Parts: sequence; structure tokens; C-alpha cells
Amino acid sequence: MTQLALVIDLNVCVGCHACVTSCKEWNTSGWAGPMTDLRPYDEDPSGTFFNRVQTYEAGIFPNTETYHFPKSCLHCEDPPCVPVCPTGASYKREDNGVVLVDYDKCIGCKYCSWACPYGAREIDEKQRVMKKCTLCIDRITDLSLAESLRKPACVLACPTNARLFGDVHDPNSEVSVAIREEGGYQLQPEWGTRPANHYLPRRKTRIQIHEDELVRADNPLKKEQLPTPEAGETLDDVAW
Amino acid sequence: MHPAFSVIFLTTLIGAGQGLFLALYTGQLYSLARLLPVQSESFYALGSIIALALLVAGLVASVFHLGRPERAWRAATQWRTSWLSREVIALPAAMGLILLYGLFHYLGWTNPLFVVSETLPVDITLIVGALATLASFVLFLCTAMIYASLRFIKAWHSPLTVANFLFLGIASGFMLAAALSAYMGTELVAFYGTWAVIATLLGGVSRGSSLYRNSRFRCKVDMQSALGVHHAQLHQKAQGFMGGSFNTREFFHGKSEAFLLMIRYLFLLLVFALPVLLILLAYLLESSRLPVAAFAIQYIGLVLERYHFFTEAKHPQNLYYQSMA
Ligand code: SF4
Ligand code: SF4
Repeated sequence: MTQLALVIDLNVCVGCHACVTSCKEWNTSGWAGPMTDLRPYDEDPSGTFFNRVQTYEAGIFPNTETYHFPKSCLHCEDPPCVPVCPTGASYKREDNGVVLVDYDKCIGCKYCSWACPYGAREIDEKQRVMKKCTLCIDRITDLSLAESLRKPACVLACPTNARLFGDVHDPNSEVSVAIREEGGYQLQPEWGTRPANHYLPRRKTRIQIHEDELVRADNPLKKEQLPTPEAGETLDDVAW
Repeated sequence: MHPAFSVIFLTTLIGAGQGLFLALYTGQLYSLARLLPVQSESFYALGSIIALALLVAGLVASVFHLGRPERAWRAATQWRTSWLSREVIALPAAMGLILLYGLFHYLGWTNPLFVVSETLPVDITLIVGALATLASFVLFLCTAMIYASLRFIKAWHSPLTVANFLFLGIASGFMLAAALSAYMGTELVAFYGTWAVIATLLGGVSRGSSLYRNSRFRCKVDMQSALGVHHAQLHQKAQGFMGGSFNTREFFHGKSEAFLLMIRYLFLLLVFALPVLLILLAYLLESSRLPVAAFAIQYIGLVLERYHFFTEAKHPQNLYYQSMA
């Protein structure tokens, strides 16, 4: 079975919020819209978002590491939000594993949002139904689009390519390879919800260079300056 | 969690309604066994109407919780998986059966249909009452399981939640039955009063245990697991928006510890200590007013108790809002 998901690379996310705005732009005007804003230009603005980017700092200043942390529905493989829904409005698609809400059935009881440990669901104050990330279901299933465009809006918008999209059940997909090789992990794995979305950790790419790899000890141009070995032969003496 | 008054009134009102019905039916069973004098049909009829009115009031309160109440009928469809859906079925079932119970008493349909082992005359009210009793217990279970089944909210995820809803609902229902019999001048005040005190004390034990339990545990997940960043020092610098959001409104009560402590002492006083004292006093003074006061005070206490119940719950999503948590 296919399980579509996002893999978010915390190593390259710069916290620019391009995914947030492109998500809002695409979805507010599309199938999953509107994503209502309340008092957008007044005091205490509020609104519906499927995706938000938070920022965390690990360590104590000045020895800190900054994490920009995009947060959206993780399309859990065992989604606790689905069975609690009394109307059947919340469901997980059989064919691609995307968790969706049917706005025509939802009664806005908010019970599913209580059952999601990630806080990924938000009620739309205007439409009074529950909303959440759809993985841009209207886009990724639209066969009239070129294949390269059949991706969630956030993935296409990300300037650093921090968001990968694909089938995590296909071991050879880009996302599966990234999870396997770059140490991809799930959020709050203790609950057994098995989130389909994964995160890639911060990682440092360092190469170890020793002094003698930079300075050629046996450079003939420096023959005269060669220090006399203190004791016995060096490996260089033997090598030539 | 943010305490929603719609749900607070729903759970306390239907609890009292179910409890009142159970009190009526218990009285009928006792009088059948000749342990209590037989009551007039109007006592059962009036009692059932009050129980029904409480259930209807609870239903009306619950409508304010829904974004789209006009589609509420859909909520009966997922009873296989959802406790909320089961409650949506159990509530009207209990209402209907209690209505029939009251109606049959009102119409005086109490001629035995058949007699079991020549001692137990079974009439239609006894059968409908048994079904309504079953529905009331199922409804208690469904209401409590809505909360107790959420395994992420550890404060609620316990059999104590079911015990609390059950005992406190029965306590307030028997209090109301005592108040009603005192008001109508029947001899059942002491009987209902005694059971009300017993249920209140049982509720005191279970609620006390859940308060104790909730004051001690730690959440299974922490910020490290929520972010997948295993560093001992994690500080949130931005939550992703400047104003509020559903996440910051729905999952935080925004009240100070001191305020919640006050609510806790107040509800312990109003739900447990005062009503028990008042019933004892009513017994000693043979007062017909004090049981009414005991019920009213306990009900107010139960509203506070339910308020506190919501504020006790800590949702794991709050890990993503460090500055508010
Ligand atoms: S992240 Fe929350 S809303 Fe999304 S599938 Fe998992 S439990 Fe459901
Ligand atoms: S808010 Fe809507 S989707 Fe969520 S549980 Fe209630 S009916 Fe289902």
C-alpha cells in the first residue's frame, strides 16, 4: 500500500515560512478552502493554517544550535484522530494513506483535535468544521498536471529543498532513501501512532585533516630545511 | 484543556438526570420487595419528568459545543469506533425509555403482566425501568469513556474517570430524589438521603484518588521526543505566529495555579462536605428544605468539579507551546 508523506530536513530548513504562505495560498483558494483569517489586521489576529514553522534553540547562549521546525499533520499510519470521529468525517484514504476531513460531514465537535497528540488539527472559526493538512490532495492526484508539479505546494515552494515528498512504503523512493541514510525519525514515537511524516536531524559534515596532510613532509623543494629526525629513521626515509 | 461550559453543563445535567431516574427505580424495587412503602404514581411520573428535563437540558447545552449542530444526526453513525458516537445513541435511548417509564406510571399501567415464582409481580413499568436503568449505566459509561479513552491525556486516561462520572452522577441524582421526596412529603427522604451520602462518599474516594494521581504523574513524552532533538536544554524562540490560534486557545486553560487550587477546595467543600452535613442535619431536624439545599449546593459544586476536571488535563500538543505551558 502506498503511504504518501513528507520528509522534512531540519538540517537545511532556514525558517523562511515559504511553505506556510504557499500552503495558505494554494489551499485557501482550492478544494480544502477557505482558510479563514479572523481580525487579520487588528489586535489579536488569528487564522486557520495547515502548516506552521516554529523555532527552537538547543543549548545555552552562545553555544546554541537553532532549529526551525515546520509542523503539520503527520498523516499517521495508525491515526488516533480517525476512530474517535463520531460522524466518519475524518478518514484515512485507502489508496495513498492521506488523512482527510470531509467538510460536509464534520459537525465541528473538536473531538479529533483532542485525540491528536501533535496539535495538527485546527477548527475553522468561520466554516465551523475541522481542518488540517491535506498534503494538497487536489494537486497530487491531479493527473492533468505535469508529474513534477504533482507535489504539495509547500514542497514546490521550499527554497532550500528541505521538504521531500513521496511514498514512504516504497523502499527505493527518494523519501525512503533519505529516512534510511540520513537518520530520519518520527515525532513522539512513544504513542505508537506511527507518523508517516519523518524529520531528518541536524548533521555536521566534517572531514578530518591532519597537519602533515597539508604540509608535504618530503617536499624536495624544502630538502635543505628538513629537520633532522631526532632518533632513527622515519617512515619517509624508508619510503624513498 | 480549556473548560467548555457546554460540556460542563452537559455532563453534570445528564449525570443528575440519570441518577434521579436510578433513584426512582431503586425506590420502586425496594417497595416491590416491601422494604419501603409504595409510592403514588404521581411521584414516579413527576420524578421521571424532572429526570427527562435534566437530560434535555444537557442535550441543549451540548448543542452549543458543536460547530454544525444541524448535522448532529451524523454523529450516530460511527458507534463501532467512537465513544462520542455511542453517547449520541445512548442519550436519546435513555431519554425515550425514561419518558416511557414516567408515562406508564402516569397512566397507571401497573397491573402485573405476569408473576414470577408466585412472588414477584412484573408490570410494564418494571420492564421499561430495567431497560432505562441499563441505558442510564451505558450512558454513564459512554460519557466517561469519551475522556477516559484518550490515551494521550493521562489525567483522564484511567478507570477513575468512569468511577467519578458514575458515582458523582448517582450522588447528585439521589440528592435530587431526596429533595423531591422531602418537597412532596413522602417517607423516602431518609432512604434517598442515605444512598446519596453513600454515593457521595464513594465519589469522594474515587475523585480524591484521581486528584492524587493527577498531582503526581509526568507526561510520557517530553519536548525532546516532541521535536526529536535530544538535547537537555531546549528553548522555544517562536511558535509560528504572533497572535492566538486554535492550538493556544483550545488546549490551555490560562488560569493561575492559585485560582485552580481555590476551585479545587471549593468543589471538595460543595460536592462532598456540605451536602453530607446538610443531609445529616435534615435527618436530625426532619427538615424538608435542607435536602433541596443539599442538592443545589452539590450541583454547583459539580459544575466546579467538572471545570477542574478539564483544567487537570494536560495535552501533549502543549509541548509545542513552551511559553504558554
Ligand atoms: S498528526 Fe494528528 S491529525 Fe494528523 S494523522 Fe496524526 S493524529 Fe491525525
Ligand atoms: S470535529 Fe469533525 S472531523 Fe473532528 S471528530 Fe468532530 S465531526 Fe469528526
